[in-house]
Amino acid sequence: MRSMSVSHPTTHELLSQKGFRLKEWLIERMLVAAGITSIAIILLIFLFLFKEGVQFFKTASPFDLIGKTVFDPYEERHVFKMMWQAVSVLPKYSLIPLICGSLLVALPATIIAAVFGIGCAIYLSEMASAQLREFLKPTLELLAGIPSVVIGFFMLTLAASFFQGIFHTKFRLNAFVGAVGVAIATFPIIVTLVEDALRAVPRDLRDASYALGATKWQTIWDTVVPTAISGISAAMILGFGRALGETMIVVMATGKAPIVTGNIFSSVRTMTANIAAELGSVAQGSEHYYALFLVGSVLFTMTFVLNLTSEIILTKMRRKLRM
Amino acid sequence: MKKSFVKMWIVIAVSSLGLIPFAWAQEKNITVKGSDTIVILGQRLAEEYMKLHPETAIQVTGGGSGVGIAALINGTTDIANASRPIKSSEIAKAKQAGYYPEEFKVALDSLAVVVNSVNPIQALSLKQLLGIYTGRINNWKEVGGSDQPILRYCRESNSGTYAFFKEHVLKNQDYAPDCQSMPGTSAVANALSKDEAGIGYGGAAYFINQPQLKIVPIKKDDKSEPVNPVKPDGTLDYEAAWNFLYPITRYLYMYTGFKPRGEIKNYLDWILSPDGQKIVEEVGYVPLKGK
Repeated sequence: MRSMSVSHPTTHELLSQKGFRLKEWLIERMLVAAGITSIAIILLIFLFLFKEGVQFFKTASPFDLIGKTVFDPYEERHVFKMMWQAVSVLPKYSLIPLICGSLLVALPATIIAAVFGIGCAIYLSEMASAQLREFLKPTLELLAGIPSVVIGFFMLTLAASFFQGIFHTKFRLNAFVGAVGVAIATFPIIVTLVEDALRAVPRDLRDASYALGATKWQTIWDTVVPTAISGISAAMILGFGRALGETMIVVMATGKAPIVTGNIFSSVRTMTANIAAELGSVAQGSEHYYALFLVGSVLFTMTFVLNLTSEIILTKMRRKLRM
Repeated sequence: MKKSFVKMWIVIAVSSLGLIPFAWAQEKNITVKGSDTIVILGQRLAEEYMKLHPETAIQVTGGGSGVGIAALINGTTDIANASRPIKSSEIAKAKQAGYYPEEFKVALDSLAVVVNSVNPIQALSLKQLLGIYTGRINNWKEVGGSDQPILRYCRESNSGTYAFFKEHVLKNQDYAPDCQSMPGTSAVANALSKDEAGIGYGGAAYFINQPQLKIVPIKKDDKSEPVNPVKPDGTLDYEAAWNFLYPITRYLYMYTGFKPRGEIKNYLDWILSPDGQKIVEEVGYVPLKGK
């Protein structure tokens, strides 16, 4: 039966093939439409966010985003305060404590994730045997699949007490606990991206290095890593962007106190946690509502610039390695 | 190929079923909006009432006391929940819009101040609480406790409890920036059971019968006797709340735009009846005196 139909294509089959092509054409258009829609959606979100955020300046001055001079009833004089306290007789919308909090979580998280992630990626791409790789890669993907709320819950209940026992910190929930949680979420991303960058280094370079008598360690450290360095830095930047945008873990593990501080063991309130905590019940169209959109715009701009930078670095690296 | 197309259409068809609005028009609809403090109480009351009167549909949503009263003035809700009395400015606005708000006190709520059970503190005055929460008092030894820094826990700014505490205890001053904000009263209880130097507040019912927590008796001023919102047997002290002997006590209100009629009147009457007040008690608030 099968051999017959192969040797004699009937008109019926030709027709159905034509029908198939029509389907193909339709699917192609649908995919194009899906692509365009996603770009349009991003643009619209961008516009909406900024349109709402800008309206904050209808009632407040840009300096309010840094701080406000208010009367202190105890010191009986006016004091300049950098404070986020939106529900107040005199609302204060300083972004400084929020940006401070976001950086204090995202920077250490990226550093922790990068130290472990780059090591892990080097091991996976350069040293691990094929069998071990087969086992380790899916395990890593499993780690990427853990919902962030689960990580947050784990940090909140178990890890926070553990770290307080070690460091004897004042705050049980603090930026460091949040950073460790965010690092767990960022780690798989960094490993995957760094491993891609390392594997993109041509075989020839490694062979040349070995031919010159270099050891495995020398080859990795002096040839492979320097060649892939732009890919590695792009991975770190992407990881940093992801860490900045992480919400659930920081909502649960950082205590959310809007303090201006550089102390990693202090409780902090990140931009994301602030929006998540307050947007739910703020009156639409109020100053507070617009202020939260402004925080969102700042956050979006930061992650957008980070993603763009890493994309540019990656494109440059790919071009270089191809030549 | 064909099979997967059929499957795709089934998926599309099934998921579009979800778009069909399921809110069928019911004969009697009551909308209730307002304070987040009363949302759970309001929903429990509505559930019980709808069990008794299946023809009535009651929708309860939160948003905050101010949001609820604004909705009342805009005519978008029948009943506004509030954990504070209506302001004179709001009454004026309502009258301009043609509404005459009627007030119903539905329950009493005592806010307890809580610390870890190992904390030796015996009582705090309102003034000391103000100092602690505005960041003037930073060590427990300043209020008669052991020598360790005070860790302040508070609620998110959208919570009615946050606003009430700010108004009545902090005299509208700002919270210290290092107050850690917790998503709910049970989260405050959970944090305090682990934090020996912590202090927090919330509806008293949440902290009863928890061996790791201690409810701190509160003094109105330096000379007065400390009052505990909870009796030694672990139940809410109704007398202390009814007579406002416990200083951080408040009424919970419901407002209507007019003198209530029909089903709205029936609903409010039921809430104020012994049956309704029993629900108030079950949810953990203090029922009205004599009900």
